[in-house]
Amino acid sequence: MSDTDKNLSWGPHDIGGQTAGPVDRAEHDTAYWEWQIDAMLRLTMQKGLLGDFAELRDGIERLDPDDYENLSYYERWSKSLAAALLAKGVVTQQALQDRVAMIRQRQAEQ
Amino acid sequence: MTTPRYAVGQRVRITDRTPPVHHRVPTYAKGKTGIIERVCGMHGQPERFVPGDGKPFRRLYRVRIPQSELWHAYEGAPGDKLDIEIFEHWLEPAK
Amino acid sequence: MTDHDHSRTFQPDHPEPKSDAALIGLALRELLIEDGVYSAEEEQAMIARMQGASPENGAQIVAHAWTDPAFKQRLLENAAETIKELGFDLSPLEFTVMQNTDTVHNVIVCTLCSCYPRTLLGMSPAWYKSKNYRARMVHEPRLVLAEFGVEMTDEVEVHVHDSTAELRYMVLPQRPPGTDDLSESELAALVTRDSLIGTHRDLGAQG
Repeated sequence: MSDTDKNLSWGPHDIGGQTAGPVDRAEHDTAYWEWQIDAMLRLTMQKGLLGDFAELRDGIERLDPDDYENLSYYERWSKSLAAALLAKGVVTQQALQDRVAMIRQRQAEQ
Repeated sequence: MTTPRYAVGQRVRITDRTPPVHHRVPTYAKGKTGIIERVCGMHGQPERFVPGDGKPFRRLYRVRIPQSELWHAYEGAPGDKLDIEIFEHWLEPAK
Repeated sequence: MTDHDHSRTFQPDHPEPKSDAALIGLALRELLIEDGVYSAEEEQAMIARMQGASPENGAQIVAHAWTDPAFKQRLLENAAETIKELGFDLSPLEFTVMQNTDTVHNVIVCTLCSCYPRTLLGMSPAWYKSKNYRARMVHEPRLVLAEFGVEMTDEVEVHVHDSTAELRYMVLPQRPPGTDDLSESELAALVTRDSLIGTHRDLGAQG
């Protein structure tokens, strides 16, 4: 029995106490790209581009609730980190978009 | 390093507020009363972060709350507890 | 197969994701490497280090605690300092060990995200990060534990630990009976990852 109505939580991450379904216990191997995202998080912090994990968690909490629901764990981190580095001017939106297009092109050619 | 405001065993209430920034108090715990289970160290408070410049450090505590007091229809055992980490600036003395 | 020179950021041997969000991450990665923020070598070293962490680390600590009562006492009083004796260090996070007893069962969750002591347990399982686990473990722990096959009478208190700030937790499970003759490494082999999180209680009943 839960006391925490979705409307009362202050973000899509604030879910302790909510009613939810059975836990899916299936194990999933971490994909290599996910390790790469994780390494990127740590290295950008190590290199001083980010303050700390609080900054990233803040970014995740500010994600569109639909994104939070539908994206996988490392997809959320990807978006949060991109938002943080865009805000700091480390990368530009154009450069990011161009690179995504380039990667898609590369994938299509494989 | 500052002197802890609260001691192990002291009754405390978790402040019920929602600042418009990243903070680490879940809604289910806000406004609840428990006891200090442990006095932890000094850590950077989540509400303000300044990249590379450090940030205000605050005393962290673990607060123990009986589950029966946390959820009004808790269906587990009477002795069940929940322990949660709360910063000093989110606590106030409780009666 | 073309030569791999140091500036290559593209790795064709690993399957790549297709979603927009994942590609944003990979695009970001390529830009950062090309801008010299970090190198592909640093990335590989970081990944190797992360992949090297596994629950065997936590199991090693548990087995040592089972065989050395003084170490166990130090571990329960100040886990952060004590694990340095075995070469582990989680600082500035405060590593904290909770002991299971005949009357207390501990279980760990991070409702707000999924904080986890990766250095000692390796990558967290998908279910630990899942919404259902995070939402339900705090208010119906016994039901969730039952889904993991862990059940106990009301005489055993369930203590749920929500990792909301800077502490990282590991459960010290009870040593199974009949193990007096086992070496430390044999004991460590009995310790499951789930017992270190709290979704497994009785290590004596394997399988």
